[in-house]
Amino acid sequence: MNGRRVVVTGLGMVSPLGLTVEDTWQNILAGKSGAATIEAFDVSAYSTQFSASVKNFDPSPYLAAKESRKMDVFVQYGMAAGIQAMEDAGLEITEANAARVGAAIGSGIGGIGQIEKNTEIVRTSGPRKISPFFVPGSIINMIAGNLSVKYNMQGPNLAIVTACTSGTHNIGLGARLIAQGDADAMLVGGAEMATTPVGLGGFAAARALSTRNDDPAAASRPWDKDRDGFVLGDGAGVMLLEDYESAKARGAKIYAELSGFGMSGDAFHMTLPPEDGRGAAAAMRNAIHDSKIPVDQIDYINAHGTSTHAGDKAESEAIKSVMGAAAEQVAVSSTKSMIGHLLGAAGAVEAIFSVLALRDQVAPPTINLDNPDEGCDLNYVPHNAQERIIRNVLSNSFGFGGTNGSLLFSRLD
Amino acid sequence: MSSIEERVKKIVAEQLGVKEEEVQTEASFVEDLGADSLDTVELVMALEEEFETEIPDEEAEKITTVKLAIDYISENLA
Repeated sequence: MNGRRVVVTGLGMVSPLGLTVEDTWQNILAGKSGAATIEAFDVSAYSTQFSASVKNFDPSPYLAAKESRKMDVFVQYGMAAGIQAMEDAGLEITEANAARVGAAIGSGIGGIGQIEKNTEIVRTSGPRKISPFFVPGSIINMIAGNLSVKYNMQGPNLAIVTACTSGTHNIGLGARLIAQGDADAMLVGGAEMATTPVGLGGFAAARALSTRNDDPAAASRPWDKDRDGFVLGDGAGVMLLEDYESAKARGAKIYAELSGFGMSGDAFHMTLPPEDGRGAAAAMRNAIHDSKIPVDQIDYINAHGTSTHAGDKAESEAIKSVMGAAAEQVAVSSTKSMIGHLLGAAGAVEAIFSVLALRDQVAPPTINLDNPDEGCDLNYVPHNAQERIIRNVLSNSFGFGGTNGSLLFSRLD
Repeated sequence: MSSIEERVKKIVAEQLGVKEEEVQTEASFVEDLGADSLDTVELVMALEEEFETEIPDEEAEKITTVKLAIDYISENLA
C-alpha cells in the first residue's frame, strides 16, 4: 500500500458461532455450522425458514439498558464488536491523539428491524407514537457515531454502504486514510441484522436464499453441485487498524499488516456477476498490485463464496485468472459455509478470519463441500481445516450492484 | 393500585435508566437525571401510554421535572 504501513492491532466479533472472536474461531476451525430454523418470528409462509443468526446475545456487558434500548440490534452487535476490538488493542485515546483516531463501520441493510416496527406503529397508532430514537437508532452510521462518543474519537467518522462489500470497503478505505495520513488509527468493519420478516422475505423474493429447510446446517455449501443459494447471517466484525510506526512505538500487539486493498465495479448486472468473474478478478489484481506481493506468495484466499450458482463459479474463474499457475497451490475456502452470509458484516468477519489464519497458520474449512461442481477444481479446504504455511491472505467481497473489494493481509516480518 | 406519584417515578426510572430511589420529586430530568432532549420526548410518550392519555406538545415541553409530571397528570386525569 502506498504511504504509511497499516497494521491490525485489535479484533472484535459477534457471530452466529460465538459472541467473541476466539469462540467463533474455535468453532470455525472445528467446522461447525451456525445455521438453524428461525424462531424469532413465524416463518411458516416463507420459502426459506432458517438463518445463521446470533444466539444468546446480551448487550448489557457493553451498553447500559437505557442505551441499548435506543439502538437497532445491528448497532448493538457493532458496538459489542467495536468495544471488544478497542479492549483487545489497548489503545488509549487522550486529548493528544483524539483527533487522529476515527471510525469507519458500515452495514448493507441497516436498521430494518426498527423500520418494520415503526412502520407498524404508524399504521396502528399513528405518527405521534414513533420513537424519537427511531432515526438515530436505525441509520447505518450510528455504530461509528456511538463509538466515537464512547471513546472520544474525533478523527474521520464514516460508514460506507456497498451491500455485501460494505465490511471490506470500510476496512480498506479506513486503511487508506491511515496510509495517507488523515488518521493514525481507525476502528473499521461492519454489522448486520437483517433476519427480520421483511429482510428474510426480500432476499427470498430475490431467489438468493437456500431453501434447504429440512437441513439448515447443510444449506450453505459453496462450490458443491447441490448448492441452492446463500444462508442469511447476522453479526458484526470490527478491527482496529493503526499506523505501523505508532503501533510499534506504543508496544501494541500486532496481528498482521494490511498490505493491499483493491476495488472494482462489474458494470454488468444488478445482482449477477459476469461468468468470467472479471470484476472480482480486477479487485484481487488491484489488491495484489497495491501490495507488490508476488501471487505465488499468497497461500490462502478467504473467498466470498456465498453458495449461489453464479457467484461461486465466477469467483473460481476469477481466482484462476489472477493466480495463474499458483492457483494449484493456494488454499481457497468459504467460511460462509459455517456462518452464512453476514451481508455488510461479511467482509469484516472474514477479514478477521484471514488475520487469524495468518496468526495460527491454518486455513479454515469449507464445510458441506461433498461434490465439487464442474469447473470448481481448486483446493477449497473441504470439510477440515488445513495447517499450512500462510504468508499472505486475500479476503474477497462482492455485492449487489456489482461492487467488489479485496483485502490482502500479510505476516509482519 | 399505586399512586400517580409512584407510577410516574417508576416510569422515569425505567426510561432514564436510573434507580427509583434517585428519582426525587423535585428532580429535573435533564439537570439531575441525565436526560437529553430526545429522552424527555420518549419519557412523555411513556407517560401517555401508562396513563392512557395524550399530552399536547406545548404542554409536554413544560414538563421538565418529576413534580411537574405528577402535577400535570393529577390535574388532567383526576
